[in-house]
Amino acid sequence: MSAQPLNTPPEAIVIGASAGALEALSVILPALPATFDLPIFVVVHVPPDKKSILAELFDAKCKVKVREAEDKEPIAGGTVYFATADYHLLVEADKTLSLSNDEPVLYSRPSIDVLFESAADAYGPGLIALMLTGANQDGAQGLKTVVQAGGTAIVQTPEGAYAAAMPEAAIAAAPSARVLSLKEISLYLQGLEKA
Amino acid sequence: MPEKVEDIEIQLLLEGLYQRYHYDFRHYAQASVKRRLRQAREQLGFRNFSAMQERLMHDPGMLGTLLGYLTVQVSEMFRDPTYFKAIREKVAPHLRTYPSLKVWIAGCSSGEELYSLVILFREEGLEDRTIFYATDINQDALAKAEAGLYDLDRLKLFTENHRKSGGKSSLSDYYSAAYGKASFDRSLRNQVVFSDHSLVTDAVFAEMHLISCRNVLIYFDRPLQDRAIGLFSDSLARKGFLGLGSKESLRFSDHSAAFTDWVRDEKIYQKSAA
Repeated sequence: MSAQPLNTPPEAIVIGASAGALEALSVILPALPATFDLPIFVVVHVPPDKKSILAELFDAKCKVKVREAEDKEPIAGGTVYFATADYHLLVEADKTLSLSNDEPVLYSRPSIDVLFESAADAYGPGLIALMLTGANQDGAQGLKTVVQAGGTAIVQTPEGAYAAAMPEAAIAAAPSARVLSLKEISLYLQGLEKA
Repeated sequence: MPEKVEDIEIQLLLEGLYQRYHYDFRHYAQASVKRRLRQAREQLGFRNFSAMQERLMHDPGMLGTLLGYLTVQVSEMFRDPTYFKAIREKVAPHLRTYPSLKVWIAGCSSGEELYSLVILFREEGLEDRTIFYATDINQDALAKAEAGLYDLDRLKLFTENHRKSGGKSSLSDYYSAAYGKASFDRSLRNQVVFSDHSLVTDAVFAEMHLISCRNVLIYFDRPLQDRAIGLFSDSLARKGFLGLGSKESLRFSDHSAAFTDWVRDEKIYQKSAA
């Protein structure tokens, strides 16, 4: 059941992306209005030994706050949290963030599956999950879990993605997902604000 | 929203694990615990956590299996080489002023961090005057640490890390290769005491000059993190050092006033003189 019941307003958004992530996120995140008040958690696959500059980069371009997620941090609305390199990012039921050093999942740490599954537990039907461009299978299982928990699944149109494998795998795992272009995803998110 | 059945079952399982065997995971960060327990349930073929709990209650052999899932931790030697470089360049010169030293590797898991520090101390001429306490709650992990055997295919990374950490020797001086394993020299264990110790339920056991505890606290919830940091504070000698993982900090802790930043970027702290 991907349709969102009327009595469940969206509480949080998770985004997974890999190859081509920078361009895709550049369409979506800077377009969010300053009044946008949901938390957004983002996993982008980055090399383990690199200090990620994504948060800094987007903070300069966005109207909402953007930062790297910290362990045991209470979640604030209107903030984009990027997963840090070489750690998994998880959402706790008490609406705080945790990092973990568990083994990589599908060669990925941070893993999109790990974020999505923990967020599905924490938010249930209140979660919106976006799968964007990428060249592997990470996130497909997580998206399925989001749908099973009653959340909303949205996948970037594979044909329009820089790398189609990840959106294709996500659609195969969660066939009820809505498939939208980046532009449509951007408009959808801006629309949430008024709901 | 009513509590999910699975969440209730997990709470009961952790409560049972504590009451029956005194292993306390009730204050671990739950999202991670849940993920690991789900893995255990699937791979061990239990239809639900209640079935798993029944086995755990009546079959002590299940304990080790479950702990394997709950505490499994993969590390690297000299993980985050800049941390070990900072220990070498900014901490070792101070340790050199003491005639004898105690170092605690808390949550040593299968020993990668322990061997990294022993090798570093040998290179710095500090090993002979040091006792290393390597502790963990997982007996299997401690046995692995004591064996000092690592898959040979991991050694390329370990060697590269060691070099980046400012290593003064070649890592290959410390192990011999056989049957796909690197066997670390037993002399590296001359100064090491391996022991079962829990940061959750156990107390101070010696006065330390350096405590290294990396990527353990992130698995704890906030109150439990605070307990562990209090334990470190009580265990450290005046002006002793505490090294944490790169994403861990004392910032939110009640005990933060007891420490000052020593190498801020590497999360190395010094116990205040007071």
